[in-house]
Amino acid sequence: MTDPILSVRGLEKRYGAFVGCTDVSFDVWPGEVVAIVGESGSGKTTLLNCISGRLERSAGEIRYRMRDGRFPDLADLSEAERRFLMRTDWGFVHQNPADGLRMRVSAGANVGERLMAVGERHYGEIRRTAGDWLSRVEIAAERIDDQPIAFSGGMRQRLQIARNLVTHPRLIFMDEPTGGLDVSVQARVLDLLRGLVTDLSLAVVIVTHDLAVARLLSQRMIVMKGGHIVEAGLTDRVLDDPHHAYTQLLVASIPES
Amino acid sequence: MTLPAYNFAYLDEQTKRMIRRAILKGIAIPGYQVPFASREMPMPYGWGTGGVQVTAAILGPDDVLKVIDQGADDTTNAVSIRAFFAKTANVATTTKTADATIIQTRHRIPEERLQAHQTLVFQVPIPEPLRFLEPRETETRVMHGLEEYGLVHVKLYEDIAQHGHIATTYAYPVKVEGRYVMDPSPIPKFDNPKLDRSPALQLFGAGREKRIYALPPFTQVTSLDFEDHPFTVQTFNRPCALCNATGVYMDEVVTDDRGGRMFVCSDTDHCETRQAEGHAGPGLPQLGEHASSEQETTR
Amino acid sequence: MYVAVKGGEAAIEKAHRLLADRRRGDRSVPALSLDQIAGQLSLAVDRVMAEGSLYDPELAAMAVRQSRGDLIEAIFLIRAYRTTLPRFGATRPVETGAMRIERRVSATYKDIPGGQLLGPTFDYTHRLIDPDMAGDHPVEPGARRDVSGDVAGDAAYPRVTDILNGEGLIEPDVASDAEPGDLTRDPTGFPAGRDLRLQALARGDEGFLLSLGYSTQRGYGRTHPFVGEVRIGLVDLEIDLPELGFAVAIGAIRVTECQMVSQFKGGGEDGPRFTRGYGLVFGQSERKAMSMSLVDRALRADEFDENRAAPAQDEEFVLSHCDNVEATGFVEHLKLPHYVDFQAELDLLRMLRREHAAASSETARQEAAE
Repeated sequence: MTDPILSVRGLEKRYGAFVGCTDVSFDVWPGEVVAIVGESGSGKTTLLNCISGRLERSAGEIRYRMRDGRFPDLADLSEAERRFLMRTDWGFVHQNPADGLRMRVSAGANVGERLMAVGERHYGEIRRTAGDWLSRVEIAAERIDDQPIAFSGGMRQRLQIARNLVTHPRLIFMDEPTGGLDVSVQARVLDLLRGLVTDLSLAVVIVTHDLAVARLLSQRMIVMKGGHIVEAGLTDRVLDDPHHAYTQLLVASIPES
Repeated sequence: MTLPAYNFAYLDEQTKRMIRRAILKGIAIPGYQVPFASREMPMPYGWGTGGVQVTAAILGPDDVLKVIDQGADDTTNAVSIRAFFAKTANVATTTKTADATIIQTRHRIPEERLQAHQTLVFQVPIPEPLRFLEPRETETRVMHGLEEYGLVHVKLYEDIAQHGHIATTYAYPVKVEGRYVMDPSPIPKFDNPKLDRSPALQLFGAGREKRIYALPPFTQVTSLDFEDHPFTVQTFNRPCALCNATGVYMDEVVTDDRGGRMFVCSDTDHCETRQAEGHAGPGLPQLGEHASSEQETTR
Repeated sequence: MYVAVKGGEAAIEKAHRLLADRRRGDRSVPALSLDQIAGQLSLAVDRVMAEGSLYDPELAAMAVRQSRGDLIEAIFLIRAYRTTLPRFGATRPVETGAMRIERRVSATYKDIPGGQLLGPTFDYTHRLIDPDMAGDHPVEPGARRDVSGDVAGDAAYPRVTDILNGEGLIEPDVASDAEPGDLTRDPTGFPAGRDLRLQALARGDEGFLLSLGYSTQRGYGRTHPFVGEVRIGLVDLEIDLPELGFAVAIGAIRVTECQMVSQFKGGGEDGPRFTRGYGLVFGQSERKAMSMSLVDRALRADEFDENRAAPAQDEEFVLSHCDNVEATGFVEHLKLPHYVDFQAELDLLRMLRREHAAASSETARQEAAE
């Protein structure tokens, strides 16, 4: 097997005396989807924010495989390098699309922004690429000049996904990407995500409280409780044969699919 | 109570040194906005306090000062600022662009090409070119620091998507020596090409916002655009009604209430010089003749 | 006929002559004396001193007169003069605990050592226009309390916050030897720090701070305030003279201080305790001092890990917009000529309309052909 793209060792985040997460270690390999599950307050969102550089960690290591093969700790990168990673090699899909989109800027510009940020200066080319991505996320071409404010929740989420993928990132972080959507809309977004992740062989770290989402998208999963990892393994194994009592409780609480 | 006697050019020497340090830093880092401890001036913020402080800091007894507003020497605020320096510094003033060593301006660059011994001082209301894209200073400073300028092009992209053209006509953002995105002050974009590789030193002062920035002589200044929507400037398809000049920026003057218009040079010194040289324009438009429309051409 | 805007100089001169004429008004009415302004419009003078950040009642009175009673204009005059003054030094921090009290009220205790002193307040007056104000009726002298028994210093009128602090119920005011920044001498950067924030608020616009303070009470950044104490009176100014080796008093100024006892916070080693909002203003202005203390507390949101969402909690927003001299200049500069930029907009708009019309007629032609 190749080397991991992301490696986390002994990660801890404290808020004063309160521990957000602690003693977290895991790896993510290229093209692999890892789900972090747990109920609210388990530390899964804190963990996601730490590894995606949105929150400063208290202790531990987070290493990322750069395109040139280097494997630095994110803390050793300059602010400029980190920001460059965030807008090129990484993506972040927020639960609420409004947090990840410019709501008063056209869909085309939302998708094109990252291209312009890395120096694309041909309007027609940017527009064509934005159009391609809109069609890949099943948004009609004639909506390219509309603002997301006029979009439905599901469309906004699909637009956010397109906006993240336009620079061909290798690693995507997702925070409850279907959490804010109606059940009927969730299925379509999940289906789309599953297709894109496979087609583009993306590495994904996805936080969800929904085990069905984890089962559908991820190959491996990590179960968190009280800031600790209580169980980790292949998704099918964890869901079908949970070892930890807490995981058993979680699995038992969802209806069989 | 004794009222104070003011120093040469109003500001005390300590303050001038502080401002000169900011100017020098600005010259060393073209296009970078240098914070400075802007003083309260005896004229309102927004009325040229930044430009006045820069002028006061660089003005010497032998300088010849010209002040323009909208290209004209006789607009009231230009008159007021010129009178301020005539009084506090007792320097010679002029309306002749060629005779001036320092030109303080609001909203225009003179038509006549400036020379190496001249300094152009711009009054700047909002120095931050990213301000209307991102209101927070803390954010915009990081964006400049890390050269994150994608958002500027998002604005231009939106203009084209919505209007078919870049819809910024003044205070058109420029990139300086391939590094800093800079607000050229609210000059019409017509004047942007004059910023590029100008032999004159160009200084920008924003008093209320407490920023100074600079373009040293012969600095490369590029107006932002797209490859397939290149930067263009306004052209006026008729000559100045008074001096017959073409290729200059015009003021549109309403001559009656029936749509009568005429176009005259915005740069009053340029216009008067040409008239003195014997150039004459067509004068008033005929009744009912409507204003010509302008088109854009690539420069 | 085209008339170039000539003669700006003459126009300005005439405008200023007219201004002087209007300022003086009816010549048969005696001119206002500075004594009258400083003595009878003293709260206006106080505001000019506070927001002009220069303590000089006579000069402030002149500014009020010169500005025809436009206080922001008067503040502007004072500021423009102040900026030219040399700095000889800084006083020691004023000891408001040793204030010669003219008014002092606390909302947190029924009675306090030293007592509640109403002093010269509008509070509890019925806001009925007094016919006496139309004339010059004799006014009785104010009753004065006997101060001969007062002990000088902290013992006579201890600060309410010091009483609370004695029990550990409020965060202590920590003394610092750090040199405070100077808003008028250094460019402001963000985050600014509380020293610069308080400076900005002390000279900030009363109306702006009043509205911001009010907004915190209505839920935009609540701080659960109690007026620990408002006190108005004279404090001595002392300056260290290195040649002498000790501090000498160089005069006294009137100030208004407000200590706002606010939302308790904490855990940690010290346990939960009240927090502070602070206001200090030249002259007599409770409204300003109280508003300032509300906004000061709201701006400390980060310090106490509070969610920062309201305008009053936003340091960059408050500090960038609280100065009325900056604000009035920039708002009023809109009346300066902008015709060069407007011309540029006209050109663009005409072109867009032309293209729009062309596109519409093309559509109409096609539809007609179908």
